[in-house]
This record gives sequence, C-alpha cells and structure tokens, in this order.
Amino acid sequence: MTKIFLGIATAALMTAALGAQEPAQKPAPAAAAAPAGNIETGKKLWVSVGCWQCHGYEGQGGAAGPRLSARNLPFAGFSAYVRRPTNQMPPYTEKVVPNADLAHIFAYLQSRPAPPQTVPALLK
Amino acid sequence: MKKSVDRRDFLKGAAVTGAAALVPDAMAAQAPSPATPAPAAQGPRAGAAPTPARELDPGLDPESLVLDRSGGDFMVDVLKSLNIEYVASNPGSSFRGIHESIINYGGNKMPEFITCLHEESSVAMAHGYFKVEGKPMAVLAHGTVGLQHASMAIYNAYCDRVPVYILAGNSLDATMRRPGVEWAHSVQDAAAMVRDYTKWDDNPYSLPHFAESAVRAYKIAMTPPMSPVVIVLDGGLQEDPIQPEVASKLRVPRLTTATPPQGDAGAVAAAAQLLVNAQNPVIVADRLARTPAGIAKLVELAEALQAPVIDQHGRMNFPSKHPLNQTENGGPLIAGADVILGLELTDFWGTVNAFRDSLHRSSRSRIRTGTKLISITSVDLATKSNFQDFQRYPEVDVAMAADAEATLPQLTEAVRKLVTADRTTAFQARRTRLEQAHARGREAARNEAMHAWDASPISTARMAAEIWAQIKTEDWSLVSESGNSSGWVFRLWDFDKHYQHLGDSGGAGVGYGAPAAVGAALANKKYGRISVNIQGDGDMLYAPGVLWTAAHHKIPLLTVMHNNRGYHQEVMHIQRMANRHQRGITNWHIGTMIDNPNVDFAKIAQGMGVYAEGPITNPNDLGPAIQRALAIVKKGEPALVDVVTQPR
Ligand code: HEC
Repeated sequence: MTKIFLGIATAALMTAALGAQEPAQKPAPAAAAAPAGNIETGKKLWVSVGCWQCHGYEGQGGAAGPRLSARNLPFAGFSAYVRRPTNQMPPYTEKVVPNADLAHIFAYLQSRPAPPQTVPALLK
Repeated sequence: MKKSVDRRDFLKGAAVTGAAALVPDAMAAQAPSPATPAPAAQGPRAGAAPTPARELDPGLDPESLVLDRSGGDFMVDVLKSLNIEYVASNPGSSFRGIHESIINYGGNKMPEFITCLHEESSVAMAHGYFKVEGKPMAVLAHGTVGLQHASMAIYNAYCDRVPVYILAGNSLDATMRRPGVEWAHSVQDAAAMVRDYTKWDDNPYSLPHFAESAVRAYKIAMTPPMSPVVIVLDGGLQEDPIQPEVASKLRVPRLTTATPPQGDAGAVAAAAQLLVNAQNPVIVADRLARTPAGIAKLVELAEALQAPVIDQHGRMNFPSKHPLNQTENGGPLIAGADVILGLELTDFWGTVNAFRDSLHRSSRSRIRTGTKLISITSVDLATKSNFQDFQRYPEVDVAMAADAEATLPQLTEAVRKLVTADRTTAFQARRTRLEQAHARGREAARNEAMHAWDASPISTARMAAEIWAQIKTEDWSLVSESGNSSGWVFRLWDFDKHYQHLGDSGGAGVGYGAPAAVGAALANKKYGRISVNIQGDGDMLYAPGVLWTAAHHKIPLLTVMHNNRGYHQEVMHIQRMANRHQRGITNWHIGTMIDNPNVDFAKIAQGMGVYAEGPITNPNDLGPAIQRALAIVKKGEPALVDVVTQPR
C-alpha cells in the first residue's frame, strides 16, 4: 500500500537530524541568525519553487512532507536542510534558490498563523 | 465456430432492398436469394467463371429467419445460476447475442445490464462492486477493442486480488464474419492480451463447454488469491439456435467454491510461539479482511496478544477506535519490534525497509537485527512473472502460503494455548501503554488537522472533517481510495465496518477511482447506505462518463472532488528531477497541471445529469454544499461537490 504517512513519520526524525546539523553552521542565536526576508516575496517563491507541493500552501504539511508552519525552526537548521536534505526531500542548491530567496521563504513560513486557539466544533 | 448460422442472413433477409442497392449489378445477379440456397456441392460450371459456393451452415434450415431459443439464452441461465447481479458494458456487436438474451430472455435481472461508456469503467465498477458485495460482477466487452480499453482496469483488479467476471465477445469462424468491422473485431486468442494479469480464461467451443467453463471460471476467480477471469464468447455460439441434440445435453454444473487454504499447523505453532514470547510484537495488515469476519478475527488475535496493529488499509482491517489500532505510530513500532506478523502484505520488504529516492538510490533496514518476520499471504500461492507487482523479495522467518483470514482463528487458538500467567501480566502492561499511545495519536491528529484550517485552497483535513460532520450519523461507506488526501479520513473518522473502506486500485492505474466508486455505490444501493467518494480531479478526467452511468441507473453516491488541479504526484516527480539537475525548478507545472483553463467539474457532472455544486474555494461554504448534495443522495441519486483543495 502507499505509505501515506512517510512524510509525517519522518518529521520527528528529521527535526532531530536538523538539530544535529546546527553546530556545523556559524554559531549564532536563532533569532539573530535569520536574515531579513520579505513575506510577500516569500509567499510567491514558496509556490514558484515548489515548496507548496509537499508541505502545503500554508506549510501545514501532509503525507508528502512534514508541517513547517508554527514550528519555530531556527534559520540555520532550516537552510541546512533545504540545501542538503538527508531523506526524501529533493535538494535546493544555492544555484537555483539563492540565499536571499531562502530568507524570503523563511519569512513567509514564520508568518503563517498558529492554528485556532480553540478546537473547531467539527473536530470535537 | 462450426455451428454458426450465416449471420449475413440478417442483412440479406431484413434488408435485401437496402443492402442490394449497394451490391454491383453483376454480383447482385449472382447472389442467391435468401429463399434459394446455393447448391453447396456444385462445382464450377464448365466454360463459365467459377461461381463461389455459398458458405452456409449445413445444420440450419436455410428457409428459417427466426428461432426460439439461442445459445445466448442458455448462457444467461448459467449466469443466473451464479447469482451474478449486474453486467457492466458498453454495447458491442460481438456480444449482441448475449446482450439481447440478457435483456429479453433473462428479463434484465440477474444479471441486470448496466450501461457504461468505457470498458475501463465497466471493469473498475465491477472491481469496486466486489469489495462491497463480496461476489463478482460481470463485464461484457469486445474481445478486441473492448478488452484493450479494459486492460488497465483488469490489471488493477489483478493487483488488488479482486475477481472480475469478464465475458469477451469474438467471432471465430472466419468464413462467417461480416466483412469490415467484424474482422477488425475478431481475434484468434482474445484472452491472450490480458492473460498475464488474469488467473484463468477459456474459449468455449460448445454450449456444454461454456457451462462448465463459466462455473469453473467463477470458482477460480473466487479462490484466494482472487483474480479476474475471462470467458470468450463466440458470436455463433451466442446467436445460433440450440440444436436439438445439444439441448438434451445441456445442464448447469453445480458451483462449489473452494475453501481458502489455511496455514500449515507446524508453521502456525511456530508463529504463535514467536508472537507470545515477543517483547514487542507488531501485527501489520494489508489485504487481510476478505470478508467482514476478517475484522473480528484480527481483533481476537490482537487482543489475545495485546499487540499493536498497523493497518496498511488494503482493506478495512481493524476498527479505528480500537486502542490496539496503532497505525498512527507505525514507524516507531516497526523500528522497535522483535516480531512482526505481516498479513496479506503487498510489500513486506517495503514495510521493514526504507528506500531513499535521491540521486543515489539507497535503502536501509527499518528493523533491529534479529527481528523475526512472519508472513501469511495467499499471493505466495500464485505469483506470475511478467508484471512486477510482487515487490522486492522479503527475507522472512516463517512464510505461510495461505489465506491469512482463514488462518487467523487457528493462530489465535495456538496463541491462547501458549499464554501463561506471566505473559498475561506483561500483555496487560503492554495494553495500558498502547491505550495511552492510541489516545495521544488521535489527539495529535486532531491538532494537526487544525493547521491551515481556514486556508483556501481548502485543506484536505478540513475537507475530511466537513464530510465527516455530515455523514457520521448515517450508515456510510467510503468508496474511494484515500492515499492522496494525506490519510485524513483514517485519522479523523471512525471506521468499524468492512464496507466502510475498500482499499485502493491495486495497480495504481489512474482512472480507477471514479468508476470503482460508482460500482461500490451500486452494491451499497440496496442496503440504503450513503456512499461517499473523495475523488481526485486527474482520475475523474480519464473517463468522466461514469457519472452519466450513475445518473442513468440512479446510483446514490456523494462525490466530493479533491480538486488540486493537477496530476500532483507527477508535479512532485518533476520537481525532484529539476532540483537534481539544478535547472528550471519553476517549470513543474508543464505537462502536469490541469489548469488554464480550470476544469469545471460541476458543469461536467450537470451535463451528465448529476446534481453538482462548485468550485468551492471558501472552506466555510463547504459544509452547507455537502449538506445540499447529501439531500439529493438520500433521494437515491448521485451528487457532486467540486472542492478546490490543497495538494495533499
Ligand atoms: C518533493 C517534496 C518536497 C518539496 C518540493 C520540498 N520538500 Fe521539504 N521536505 C520534504 C520531506 C518529505 C521532508 C521530510 C524529511 C525528508 O524526507 O527529507 C521535508 C523536510 C523539510 C524540512 C525539514 C523539516 C524538519 O522537520 O526537519 C525543511 C526545513 C523543508 N523541508 C523545507 C522545504 C522548503 C523551504 C522547500 C522549498 C524550497 C521544500 N522543503 C520543498 C519534501 C519536500
């Protein structure tokens, strides 16, 4: 059968991998490490370079890729993973997504709202 | 066939005037009138151009233009004895004989003729129907162009171990074929083109032969591993009168279906020993529950061991709310298991190994060294070579070539006998842990579903939740595949009945979804169930005519379009290639997206006589739209809601 939970199941694992990669990056406090990015530009890039395909238009995740919204990912780990993914995700090299674009994409992701505070009636 | 009536008599008798006008004068002068048969034995006249002898079946009265009972009538008697409820088909001349026998001699009941607009739809309908009803539905198709159209759907059914009863029309006797189309529609060995992915076929030579083969085909199709079968129906055999000397010999053989094979007693004992002594046993089920009883049997085994169950959803195997349902926690459970029991797994290797689709394809084991693997699958009894649906070779410790559902009671019994007081205590502790994990899994799924709750395009979680809100108090049946909407239905809905989930296409041949849903809904109709289809846009566009079939036959079915406006799986594949080659990473839409113009599915459905709404882009509009559509479905008709969705 289709292994539909592949992405979701590996999400936790990858977060761990991300953590492990961080020391390789320039040590910097997470907040300061994120370069300035434009949310609107990031939103357009999110679609044009294809992040939406596996992570959803809102970064909400699904069978093809884990949720990235409302995750508080540090930029260093984020960009390290995009450049050299360690599992199913295709790599995005600097040649096709320059660092500046990645910063916009990151800004867009950071701007995604947290889910509603109260559980919608339908899900109760 | 030898006994063919000259089917050209039809044209000559009924339309001498019309047809004769097309015949050149010289030939018309030579052509015998229907009332005066050409003397068959007469040789060429001396001195004159040779007069071709008229080919005429010696067994037939050349004077007669009508008959009382045809071979097709007897064929219908045989189909009735097999309790075949429906036959799906596009009409075709190679089976006009049996078509007419079904509707007139058979009274269009058992089987009833279901008008289809594509042979792929006919077979996929039969595929979906079986998974609800548990018995085969018949399909009629030309032995040539019909089977060609049907072949992908037959392959899907074969991969999904589903019996489909295929009757293919053909005209064997070359001298009796009408010139033109009938030649193009004739073939020496009709079943050859689908033989690689059917279990059995035959080309009956006589009516007694047909009777025996028809019953045998049914039995073979229904014996696990189940599979489509093909019976080729010669045109002459269908259309000719039943000869008196044959009539006296005609009888319908008795059908006794074979009991499915159970696992060998020694292997069952060895498996029980491993499972009882395991610290972390895991049960994985894929096409396990052939029948509703399969669910109860699996619950018994799981409870005897208090072992977690991972449902791979090839069938509805295990209730979603059962605390031992640990599908949500599948990854870590497999990684921590010391014994894994695989029940009718399509891919045992893929269950215990991870494969990376990157420039350097690689795989790694997902299990600890020393983990014991037990497999029970009937597919081990019949694996063919050409088509590679059998997946990578799994190295298991106990392999039972047997039907898993039939083997479960024995295995549970063997487990119970081995359980000591010590083990019972350990099992209880395991149960408590699993109950907590189950509750955490349900809650985590609910929390995940809240992300992008108000987004447009509408999230697949929101879509699943909106549908669930409308159907949960009904007797419902999800008649679609669910792989493309991130499995939200399994995470949010409450499945406990066999007909509530039917698995997927088997061969991943796109175009299965819509017709399989209509076929399953046809089976659900007489039970008054609400059939729900979450329908991919790409799949629907293969043969949307099946919507008309649903409207025409008043098949109640709620279709909710998961319209992500593309062949999304392929969008991701193209992205992967572009990234790998570091070029054109924004070109993923070329050749993959179904937009510009956007397809208006509501209009398509309306054009086929189906109530429809959409496209719906605001998530708040979705609930009311589903409610309105459901009201139509409750009146016994199909309805469609087109929802513009997130990709997965
Ligand atoms: C073809 C599918 C696909 C595309 C396209 C894709 N991803 Fe991913 N992504 C994944 C999968 C699957 C994972 C989970 C880890 C893995 O298997 O590599 C992942 C993981 C990640 C992670 C790590 C998250 C974690 O929890 O560790 C980040 C960050 C990420 N993706 C960002 C992006 C960005 C940014 C883009 C677009 C530039 C993108 N992805 C495009 C499939 C994809």
